[in-house]
Amino acid sequence: MSLTRKEVDHIAELARLNLSETEKQKYQEQLSAILDYAARLQQLDTGGIPPTSSVLPPHSTLREDVAGESLPRQETLANASAIKDDQFQVPPVFE
Amino acid sequence: MSADLISLSIPQMLTGMRSGQFTSRALTEAFLARIAANEPKVHAYLSLAEENALAHADAADKRYKTSDPGQLPPLLGLPIAVKDLLAVKGMPCTCGSKILEGFKPPFTATSIQRLLDAGVVIVGKTNMDEFAMGSSTENSAYGPTSNPWDLSRVPGGSSGGSAAAVAASTVPAAIGSDTGGSVRQPASFCGLTGIKPTYGRVSRYGLVAYGSSLDTVGVLAHSAEDAAVVFRPMAGLDPKDATSMDVPVPPYKLENKADLRGLRVGVPKEYFIEGMQAEVESAVRAAIQTLKEMGAEVVEISLPHTEYALPVYYLIAPAEASANLARYDSVRFGSREQADALWEMFRGTRGKLFGPEVKRRIMLGTYALSAGYYDAYYGQAQKVRTLIKRDFDEAFKSVDVIACPVAPSTAFKQGEHTDDPLAMYLEDVFTLPINLAGVPGLAFPVGFDANHMPIGMQLLGPHFGEEILFSTAHAYQQITDWHRQRPNL
Repeated sequence: MSLTRKEVDHIAELARLNLSETEKQKYQEQLSAILDYAARLQQLDTGGIPPTSSVLPPHSTLREDVAGESLPRQETLANASAIKDDQFQVPPVFE
Repeated sequence: MSADLISLSIPQMLTGMRSGQFTSRALTEAFLARIAANEPKVHAYLSLAEENALAHADAADKRYKTSDPGQLPPLLGLPIAVKDLLAVKGMPCTCGSKILEGFKPPFTATSIQRLLDAGVVIVGKTNMDEFAMGSSTENSAYGPTSNPWDLSRVPGGSSGGSAAAVAASTVPAAIGSDTGGSVRQPASFCGLTGIKPTYGRVSRYGLVAYGSSLDTVGVLAHSAEDAAVVFRPMAGLDPKDATSMDVPVPPYKLENKADLRGLRVGVPKEYFIEGMQAEVESAVRAAIQTLKEMGAEVVEISLPHTEYALPVYYLIAPAEASANLARYDSVRFGSREQADALWEMFRGTRGKLFGPEVKRRIMLGTYALSAGYYDAYYGQAQKVRTLIKRDFDEAFKSVDVIACPVAPSTAFKQGEHTDDPLAMYLEDVFTLPINLAGVPGLAFPVGFDANHMPIGMQLLGPHFGEEILFSTAHAYQQITDWHRQRPNL
């Protein structure tokens, strides 16, 4: 299973990662090797086997849907790179 | 005096403080002095909290003097360290990543809050592979940690800082996390006892997410008894984590006798593979023989899908990681690369501030989940995960615990595997299946190789079977002294 350069570009875009030319080449090789290794899973017949997404019993622990205490606004904003008027600030979404 | 204090067991430390033989301040200062002496060589910590620790120690001493002895919390005044991916309000939480440089969580993880309620004194946050992705702690953006047994070797990972901190006697116990072996493998590499609990046993609230269906919070300490004492307060249901389970937590009372009559130990033949270090196999087999001499019944078992655990893990964990790490967009927290447009800010920040292994796993996981490949990779991996879990369910019908090696080799040299991700992933071949099945595992030392590097064995139990792991390892540690060895630093 070898990954094409176009696929690497596509995945990087899906994952929102700017990658350098060197990184793209390296990941293309390394991901291809890892996927080759993973190909052995295809040998197994899993017809009729349900997928496991959680090892817990089917019903998980639910609590009453009541509002709890929230963090104070200033504490919530304290870790942001940029704030304006008590809100998170980001560059424009539309040009 | 201080050299004596740091070599006590945790129950001895607690008894000593309770009976007024020494104070938490004296104990904490003794460990802080060890940190000052050893940290330049080992680099186990990403941040220290000396002042905060001494203030907590003084508060503990005050409570020892003024409180009714029956009302004292169980771990009052005990210094510990915490892996830097568990949130502690007001302390840094970098996860070993540049993307969280300067981040101070406004809340505390439930597991850590419970330890604080139990009276612990946190001395610092420990180094780790970035976002817990790695097996050597070389993937930390803040530089690697050295193995106290040989500074040119890795301490294992991803909780390598926690392991090195305990092995260097800078704390008696440290908290780690285990998604694919990240408590057990560093415990093994550093000659420690480390518990990876059942999935759902300890709340994940405030544990920075890597692989949400696999992540667990555990403890590294010198002995099974020490680990059990620190582990117990953390365990139990948490309304803030819907995957924490309401299963009673036993008191883990460990008896000081080396008697294992009636215990059925399974030895999986798939865990002794070609290419593993011969000394690891012989030390583990010798330890199993010791269990037998203590009265256990030892039988060979089979976990037939073991060889598929590695590819299953390296599809499922990166897939979950690629979703979990989408939150690092530099909007609400984390460092930011400035840009003129929003999408460019996301791409630039993530491309620059995530390290190579994190980006590799995000790429791998994004691919495994992407349209056209989902069924072949992620879907198939989840089905094979069912087969791996069934192997364990089947095995625990006939045995009480499973005994096997933790890793195919002892601690390797720094730089040995950094250019070959697949070779690094193979280090986890014996630890990953346990996370996929969600069962508990306990690693503990069973010998040394020719280079005097520690060798570990792991005991695996059925879901919520931590107690039998603690009691079996404790029995073994009654008649062996591997866990009492300390490196010469």
